[in-house]
Amino acid sequence: MATQSLTLPVPEATAPPAKVQQPRRKFPVGKTAVTTAAAVLAVLWLIPFAWATVTAFKSETDAASPKVSWVPPSGFTVDAFAKVFQDGNIPLWTWNSLYTSAAITVITLVISALVAYALSRIDFRGKKILMTVIIASIIIPPPVLMIPLFYQMVGLRMIDTPWAIILPQVIHPAMVFVLKKFFDQIPRELEEAAVMDGATRMRIFAQIILPLSRPILAAVAIFVFISAWNNFLWPFISTNDGSILTLPVGLQTIKSAYGIQYAQNMASALLAALPLILVFLFFQRQIIKGVATTGLAGT
Amino acid sequence: MSSPTTTATPRSSAIAPPARIISRRRRDNINGWAFAAPFLAFFLVFLVWPLLYGFFMSMTGKSLTGANDSLIGFANYAEALADSDMWRSLGNTLYFTVISTVPLVLVALVMAALLNVGLPAQWLWRLSYFAPYLLASTVVSLFFTWMYNPQLGLINDSLSKIGLPKVAWLNDPNVAMWAIVIATLWWTVGFNFLLYLAAMQNIPAQHYEAASLDGAGAWRQFFSITLPQLAPTTVMIVLLQVLASLKIFDQVYQMTAGGPSGSTRPVVQYIFETGFTGYRLGYSAAISYIFFGLIVIVSVLQFFIARRRSA
Repeated sequence: MATQSLTLPVPEATAPPAKVQQPRRKFPVGKTAVTTAAAVLAVLWLIPFAWATVTAFKSETDAASPKVSWVPPSGFTVDAFAKVFQDGNIPLWTWNSLYTSAAITVITLVISALVAYALSRIDFRGKKILMTVIIASIIIPPPVLMIPLFYQMVGLRMIDTPWAIILPQVIHPAMVFVLKKFFDQIPRELEEAAVMDGATRMRIFAQIILPLSRPILAAVAIFVFISAWNNFLWPFISTNDGSILTLPVGLQTIKSAYGIQYAQNMASALLAALPLILVFLFFQRQIIKGVATTGLAGT
Repeated sequence: MSSPTTTATPRSSAIAPPARIISRRRRDNINGWAFAAPFLAFFLVFLVWPLLYGFFMSMTGKSLTGANDSLIGFANYAEALADSDMWRSLGNTLYFTVISTVPLVLVALVMAALLNVGLPAQWLWRLSYFAPYLLASTVVSLFFTWMYNPQLGLINDSLSKIGLPKVAWLNDPNVAMWAIVIATLWWTVGFNFLLYLAAMQNIPAQHYEAASLDGAGAWRQFFSITLPQLAPTTVMIVLLQVLASLKIFDQVYQMTAGGPSGSTRPVVQYIFETGFTGYRLGYSAAISYIFFGLIVIVSVLQFFIARRRSA
């Protein structure tokens, strides 16, 4: 990706000699303007992080002082973090978010890849209808389902269990579509030899299709994991018990519990933000690619 | 099963024994549905069933206490259509959708265009624009509630330092929705930015080479090559953004709880409140379906506009 974008200035430099002067004089100015604009936006986009960080490392007195300061008068301290850890909920909520999101991601991948393979390769009766129904369901907004789904979960006695969080979140019709489109592009010849040898569909799927689909599986996994990790509305509705709250929902309770403890609020928010930001720093390329490939799933 | 067998037999009898063809078809039918079964099970239980059950609920006087399950037809819908709070919340949702979609698409386009010039340290820019997208709504709300704080907040402090009056960001009915839009822009613009950047990098370099040979400058190239080439992407981004904005709930609920005096309450929050605070599940299901109807209408409209554009 980077190499492609770097090729863009090249045409300017190789323009015919007669016009060289104009672009040459213009180009540095343009480049400075572009860099400045990009930098201004970047600073604006980083300020909320910076301000939250500075606040989190202040004492509560400094944080609540009407004299707004980037460097607190009584120095930086980790008191707020210590207090947050003392309460002991953030690690628990992080664990809850981690295992529910992981379960959602695994189940989604398995069931979506299986149905996508059938839609891509097997000619079975009712396939067109199934495909139409799945695509049409992309349009259904989750908030429309929250009331009946809550009632259903009460009936299934799943409220306040991890199942209530996990099960309704594994249906991603758009991701089925993304996977199907990818499988469609895998040449059928690769499977023909296996078919001749009498391999079952499941073997072809597991040994030929899946290994060739690693990039798209990773992309779907990333997309599903991020949405599950950050989902608020459904986990908020389906859980009350403090011990199974996910991070986003737990943070909401902190806000009312701590009230005006600004430094502690910011410390909690930063701790909640940290895991995904760290993962992003390490897997930036994959995540960006993943979001870019699955993002336009509606097409 | 019998009709495909009879039609298949005469056609292919010369090539292969009919029995094998039958078994191949049957095997495909069985395999196809077997592969679809796990997804289908979840799909039916956790999507189709609640969708149908919700519609049934909307026809009853169901409440969270379980009383009054009797069918009352479309009475809930009639009540909702005459409910000024419902209309107000629907209006708030539409207002937010309009005023958030424009900056969320434009700023994303500007960010992508700036980076596409080929600035060094691409990862750093991408990180700063995209990182907020990785945050949960509650983190964003905590950040911004703190920055919007009327007395202690960074924003009002900066405003007064440059001689501007302080603003009661989340407490002024005329400003609160814009404050939500700013927070949302910061939070999710990175997603659209990535989609634009990916699309820009897919534009063949020859287009630009040809244009610069003709003496077209950077601006000219942007407007006569980049933008037209991005048209399909823009249509998709707008479509997805409108659908995402219509579902607004989290930030509002967390930052203003719909206030001040209902000026930011979106329809999803109204559904949530009638269902879980007012315990009127049937009524709340009816409003859900009115909201769903709105989403379907908007999607269909956008689909046809997109089709006419591309045709």
